[in-house]
Amino acid sequence: MSDRKPSSLTIWLGLADNAFTRQKTVKFGDSTAVNSGRFWSILIVVVLALLWITGSILNWIEPFYWPTIGGTWERIVKLLSEGFRNTSLWEHLGLSVYRVLSGVIYGALVGIPLGFAMGLSSFARGLFDPIVEFMRPIPPLALIPLIILWFGIDETAKIFLLFLAALFIMTIAARSGVNSVRISKVHAAYSLGASRLQVLRRVILPNALPEIFTGLRTSMGVCWGTVVAAELVAAEKGLGSMIMIAKNFLQTDTVVIGIILIGIVGYAIEMIMRLLERWLIPWKGKG
Amino acid sequence: MSGIRIDDLSMIYEVPGGAPVEALSHVSIDIKEGEIMTVLGPSGCGKTTLLNILAGFLSPTRGQVLVGDHRVTGPGAERGVVFQQGALFEWLSVAQNVAFGPEMAGRPRAEIRKRVEELLDIVGLSGFGDKPVYALSGGMQQRVALARCLANDPELILMDEPLGALDALTREKMQGLVLQLWKEFGKTIVLITHSVEEALFLGERLIVMAPRPGRIEKEYRLPFADRGLVEDARDIKASQEFVETREEVLSMIWSMEEEIMGRGDGQS
Repeated sequence: MSDRKPSSLTIWLGLADNAFTRQKTVKFGDSTAVNSGRFWSILIVVVLALLWITGSILNWIEPFYWPTIGGTWERIVKLLSEGFRNTSLWEHLGLSVYRVLSGVIYGALVGIPLGFAMGLSSFARGLFDPIVEFMRPIPPLALIPLIILWFGIDETAKIFLLFLAALFIMTIAARSGVNSVRISKVHAAYSLGASRLQVLRRVILPNALPEIFTGLRTSMGVCWGTVVAAELVAAEKGLGSMIMIAKNFLQTDTVVIGIILIGIVGYAIEMIMRLLERWLIPWKGKG
Repeated sequence: MSGIRIDDLSMIYEVPGGAPVEALSHVSIDIKEGEIMTVLGPSGCGKTTLLNILAGFLSPTRGQVLVGDHRVTGPGAERGVVFQQGALFEWLSVAQNVAFGPEMAGRPRAEIRKRVEELLDIVGLSGFGDKPVYALSGGMQQRVALARCLANDPELILMDEPLGALDALTREKMQGLVLQLWKEFGKTIVLITHSVEEALFLGERLIVMAPRPGRIEKEYRLPFADRGLVEDARDIKASQEFVETREEVLSMIWSMEEEIMGRGDGQS
């Protein structure tokens, strides 16, 4: 019976094992023997879409709780042409992204040198360690009240919050990047005649880049979550404020569209960062 | 330029809550210019400590190392080091790794490029210059490490188990390369190994070290390195003289190991 080879389509769909997995006798516990299961992925998406469509057509849905597909489409068209509250959808989106990028960039500009100093000097390590270790477990959102007291609710306040969120992640990433350098590489560089500055620039920095980049990726993710939440609390524009205001007007469709956009942008940021990582740091994990 | 003088080195580590460990005790060796010397011994005999002192990564508790009339106080470009593995810069290509030393010294670009090409050719890696080092096999990576070290034209080359992580076949091939480079460049080489066969085959001179305290147990003058340049390596390693010396050294090392284990009867 099982002599017949499965077709490449059933293998692609994950309904049959590929030639290597087929020969394995131990499959439970071997994570490489768990195939993509693509068929089931496609099935669940199709089923959910069909549910939404039929629900919309048969009027199962109360638009106050969840938008119909037709209503959502109309709202998308309207948001794209008129914007939301005199601000285009792209401006809401762009503003949120801009805040995240600013926060991450400032955080990296301060955090990376700080982390390097902590990894290279006892003085800097001793001086900043208590602060970094204390701030590390505090969720950035808990700082919002204090930041509103200091800066009010203008743009500076939001970017400062995101800066703080990114700062400690970047500091810790840079520090662990410095700490991860294998001593034989440093020794090799000195034995090849490198000066301390050259060791820093030509060995310690490139060696730390993979971890710095992982820090950037994490900061982007954390800041994206933080910006949306911060905009929920206090903002006129931005995706977070858009869905909060839409809620006040009982525009459930706008809320759902906003949530979907937030998800897509967050995912896109992660994908772009992974792509950049593969392109900029091909040696990651290969030392 | 002249030889290397290891002058009464002692290295004592203070251990909190225990007796101090004497990693090296009164070690003196004179190494002639152009000599290839291997150092062998069971773990804990201080051979790596000795190499780290020669490289300038550690400063001894007592004694000193002189390269010519220059006293070693830290690492320097005149003493190249080849590490076991993982000391290449994975963010650089093969050619950039080899060019690292000359670049640090600020040599002109054209000169560096020419030198790198020559060296890659000598170690059998011509055409691999643009490859990332992590794309190479372990044996090829060690070829890069040798070329990188030679690019600086050091007076002394220190090798810390350079072939230790390689499989047996690659290792034999690389031993041939080490001899060939020694002959071709006429460098003074100190090579640390835990393989008795390798120590005998590559050393004009072999230092056998013993642990607790780390010290020189015995010294041999050996003909095999010279013969290795002309004769077949397998023939040499199968020759009666080689086998006899190998067994002698092996039993010496075994009895040291057994002493460490606390049996000390030299049997079993």
